[in-house]
Amino acid sequence: MPSGATADEMLLGFDRKREHRLLVVMPLFDEASKMRRQIVETMRILDQSSVDCFCPDLPGCNESPALHAKQSFSGWRDAAASAAAHVQATHVLGVRSGCLVAPRDLPGWAYEPVKPRSVLSRLARAGQISAREANQAVTANELIARGCKEGVTLAGWSFGPDLVNELAANESNTSPHHLPITQEEIGGSPLWLRAEPSFDPAQAQALAAMIVDRIDLP
Amino acid sequence: MTAGTATAEPTGPSRSAIDTTLRAILRDVLALEESQVEAFDANTGLFGHLPELDSMAVAGLFTEMEDRLDIVIDDDDVDGEMLETYGGLLAFAEAKTVES
Repeated sequence: MPSGATADEMLLGFDRKREHRLLVVMPLFDEASKMRRQIVETMRILDQSSVDCFCPDLPGCNESPALHAKQSFSGWRDAAASAAAHVQATHVLGVRSGCLVAPRDLPGWAYEPVKPRSVLSRLARAGQISAREANQAVTANELIARGCKEGVTLAGWSFGPDLVNELAANESNTSPHHLPITQEEIGGSPLWLRAEPSFDPAQAQALAAMIVDRIDLP
Repeated sequence: MTAGTATAEPTGPSRSAIDTTLRAILRDVLALEESQVEAFDANTGLFGHLPELDSMAVAGLFTEMEDRLDIVIDDDDVDGEMLETYGGLLAFAEAKTVES
């Protein structure tokens, strides 16, 4: 890690020591589980198209033993940069909130990036609805204010105050090296919106084809 | 007055435009077929009737409504009634569109 600390995290990779090596940064929070299969299937197609692909677990996410409540965006950016260096990535694909922590210096793509504040609002709103079902009256704004001060659990995710403050500050990670990919270009309805995780082969094919077509462009 | 001005809608999108957008959002969130969403009527039950529509899905639904209908949904708006039926949600979306 850039800070000098070390971290052991899992990484899913298709590595045949080829010229193009793509780091894929998954969306964070609930969208990670909704998009995981879709992203892995896209990586399989890229592998068949001569692109090595790597998708690391960020600390506190997926199989990571680290506590989610201890994580921050700055820590995730360090972890993503370390993963990129470890696998010698030549390009990066950020997906949704994954774009917020994708290494800025690597060339690549931002697939439907989302603003930090919008991520927080959606999670806080889910928290408000859950609380109401449990007959507790609390608003999304109250949950965010509490989170900024002492941390909060939203939709089953434990957020420390650092992470809530970073989300509330709404600083994006826009890099001129990351070209936007829109859902309109991919076609079909956005899978991260679905209430249940899903897979769409046509969308995976479209995303992989777009990357393969553009990976050699300067 | 130009032809464009004469056909403009002074109170915002027409009911059918809001209706169409709202059905498209529900189709995306609930992963339903077009024909299933087309069959929704004012009394079709939503929250509490459709198991897919949990709190996270409802939060996603609201965010999409804000983006696609260009409205702002306040914390105070998030009550149970407007989510009970499709008719309730449509009436809410129409009222918000007029407000914005």
